[in-house]
Amino acid sequence: MANESIIQVDHLTKMFKKFTAVDDISFDVKKGEIFGLLGPNGAGKSTTLRMLSTLSRPTKGTATIGGFDTVKNDTEVRKLIGIVSEKMIIYNRLTAKENLSFFGSLFNIPKDTLNKRIDDLLELVQLTKFKDAQVGTFSTGMRQRMNVVRALLNMPQVLFLDEPTLGLDPQSSVEIREFVRKLNQEQGTTVIITTHMMLDADLLCDRIAIIDHGKIIALDTSTNLKKIISGGDTMIIKLEIANLTPTMVATVKALSCADAVTQENSTTLHVIVHGEEAFDSIIDSIRKTNGKITSMANLQPSLEDVFLHITGHEVRDSADQKIKQEHGPGKRFGAAPSRVR
Amino acid sequence: MTVQTILQHSFRIAQKDLTELFRNRLGLVLLIVMPLFMMIMVGFIYPSNGTITGLQVGVVNEDQGYNGNTNASLSFLMGLQGINNQTHMLVMTNVSSLADLKDQVQRGAIEGGIMIPANFSQSLMSGQQGTIIIVSDESNPQISATIKGALTGVFNVMSQQLAIHNVRPLNATNSLAVVQPYSIQSQGVVNGNPSYFDFIAPGIMAMTVMMSVMTGLPVAISQEKEVGTMDGMMVAPVNRLSILLGKTIAQTGRGLIQGVIILALAIGIFGVAIQGSILLVFALLLLGVFSFVGLGIVVTSFTKDQETAQMLMMTLMFPMMFLGGVFFPIQQMPWYMQDISKFLPLTYASSALRKVMVLGAGIPQISTELIVLIVFGVVMIAIALPVFKRMMIR
Ligand SMILES: Nc1ncnc2c1ncn2[C@@H]1O[C@H](COP(=O)(O)OP(=O)(O)OP(=O)(O)O)[C@@H](O)[C@H]1O
Ligand SMILES: [Mg+2]
Repeated sequence: MANESIIQVDHLTKMFKKFTAVDDISFDVKKGEIFGLLGPNGAGKSTTLRMLSTLSRPTKGTATIGGFDTVKNDTEVRKLIGIVSEKMIIYNRLTAKENLSFFGSLFNIPKDTLNKRIDDLLELVQLTKFKDAQVGTFSTGMRQRMNVVRALLNMPQVLFLDEPTLGLDPQSSVEIREFVRKLNQEQGTTVIITTHMMLDADLLCDRIAIIDHGKIIALDTSTNLKKIISGGDTMIIKLEIANLTPTMVATVKALSCADAVTQENSTTLHVIVHGEEAFDSIIDSIRKTNGKITSMANLQPSLEDVFLHITGHEVRDSADQKIKQEHGPGKRFGAAPSRVR
Repeated sequence: MTVQTILQHSFRIAQKDLTELFRNRLGLVLLIVMPLFMMIMVGFIYPSNGTITGLQVGVVNEDQGYNGNTNASLSFLMGLQGINNQTHMLVMTNVSSLADLKDQVQRGAIEGGIMIPANFSQSLMSGQQGTIIIVSDESNPQISATIKGALTGVFNVMSQQLAIHNVRPLNATNSLAVVQPYSIQSQGVVNGNPSYFDFIAPGIMAMTVMMSVMTGLPVAISQEKEVGTMDGMMVAPVNRLSILLGKTIAQTGRGLIQGVIILALAIGIFGVAIQGSILLVFALLLLGVFSFVGLGIVVTSFTKDQETAQMLMMTLMFPMMFLGGVFFPIQQMPWYMQDISKFLPLTYASSALRKVMVLGAGIPQISTELIVLIVFGVVMIAIALPVFKRMMIR
């Protein structure tokens, strides 16, 4: 039954007034899979997740989970799923234990079973010691661990995670990632995770859907996605130029062989190019503007490069700002210039 | 989903909300302080004759006497002093002249004054009326009226005594009957002497309890939506009705706690007595809540965030506070306001509560109010539920 699909998404569309946040997407998720939705701010990741988890009603199209329609059989769907959304679903004035027993009681789990499960879950994320402390006193990492086990109270077959490592330090991010992986391997839980962090997607996901402007523009395993670059005549070049000027960057960008150009720091350029002449024309153009190339390397493609290659803009542009601005109902920060609303 | 699970879920949600409420120390303190302030402010500031004391009054005595005898003005002043010793309404100081008196009033050093003219004794002794001049600060009509009232009262008593003394030679069996043939006695429905607190306490109670549900509900729901915790309930197999019901129960609980606090304050500090059944009082409060829930839900459905919810509630609350007959008798308003107040459930709740608390009324005497409240509540809820359902799915 390895290839049986547990989620089927069919032409799903969500419009807010005239603005299309999710634009006619279709995909299947297999049972036991970790499925990633990768995209910049405002791509429509959260909106997709909210529709799948019955929190938002699709404008068009359908989605089924475990065979149940998310609109017509929402109650059945809710029994199968757990959600860790962008905002923490935790009451700060309640203790860890009170939080879990409140949410657990909404699932009609018998009291004894629930209490046992709460103890187990708290143990699992090393919060047993703090079970009678108010969650408001916890660190962000602890609260996110609470938030994740809260979603597991009903032992869901499908777990939705919306940017679960956002705002966490690297240590806590690793903990959450490992926890999700363990859950997936030991319980066979299907996981749908949205992120704009390449690392999360790369390390965790079996398959990744790259979503931008509400559309899925690529869907495959991480390895296969990277082959889009390494398999074709596309290359990633890192250039060190001692006297790098904005004019040089502009010149390189103007080249027909350059798909995406990013300046990493005052002396480093990151360029995705295609074609046999690519190396030559880049070196030529830099020389013409009196640039001194101190080193040049041909890199292994990362997911980020794949994203750049496909969309022509960077995920990080917006992602970095997101952390600074905190997250809220997604205004699109630093969006691609081509974006039409 | 059975009715039982719907109720179970709503009780759990209510319990959760109340736990949060009790853990919020500051909120809890405000819960008690707010009605206390309201009672104190409204109760003490509202002018009523019985409560004003210590008015500064200047006295000018220019009486030249009659045949060197100033008995008349002196006995008048002694009489005034005697009455004032009981009421403590006035604090009297001697002032040298009428000009000085007026000057002091203008400067605000004293609030009014009495002037006995030079011919006072002479007029009385020669069988004419003795005139006394009252000087008052007309810029403060409230105080001015009080002083006039107080002094007029004193004068009446004194002229009566003087008249009785004068007619005695007529050999009447009851001199008072000759001087003042009519006597008026007023009798209330209940014993005792209700104060302004008795009037406002029921109104404030009705208002606080009903408002706390009407404002509390939208704020509580929009807050959970904003923080994101609402999703946690929405994603569980829970009927939307449970969420609404649970929140309503919690807010009603909060409102009733406030109601009890007000009642305790009214009885303990302000000397309000409850004439009717206390059970009926609480039943009325609950009915008031019921009549307001629908309105609260409608507001909840139309407001996206907490701030808007709060603003909207304030806007609705303000006219209701004043038009619902809480602070001022409705009969005292212009006709168009009276008409508006007829459409406010608060009007009926506070009127019914007042009848029960002050007049000791039972269910038969407040049946009109009961019917209006029930009908209003049912109609509003019937409107609110479909609106709420639409909002929740979006
Ligand atoms: N309730 C709403 N009303 C109107 N527009 C909305 C609403 N929710 C989302 N949007 C818009 O839909 C688009 C997609 O938002 P969504 O939150 O799904 O993006 P996202 O991919 O999750 O981005 P982020 O990384 O910021 O979380 C955004 O442009 C956002 O402004
Ligand atoms: Mg999002």
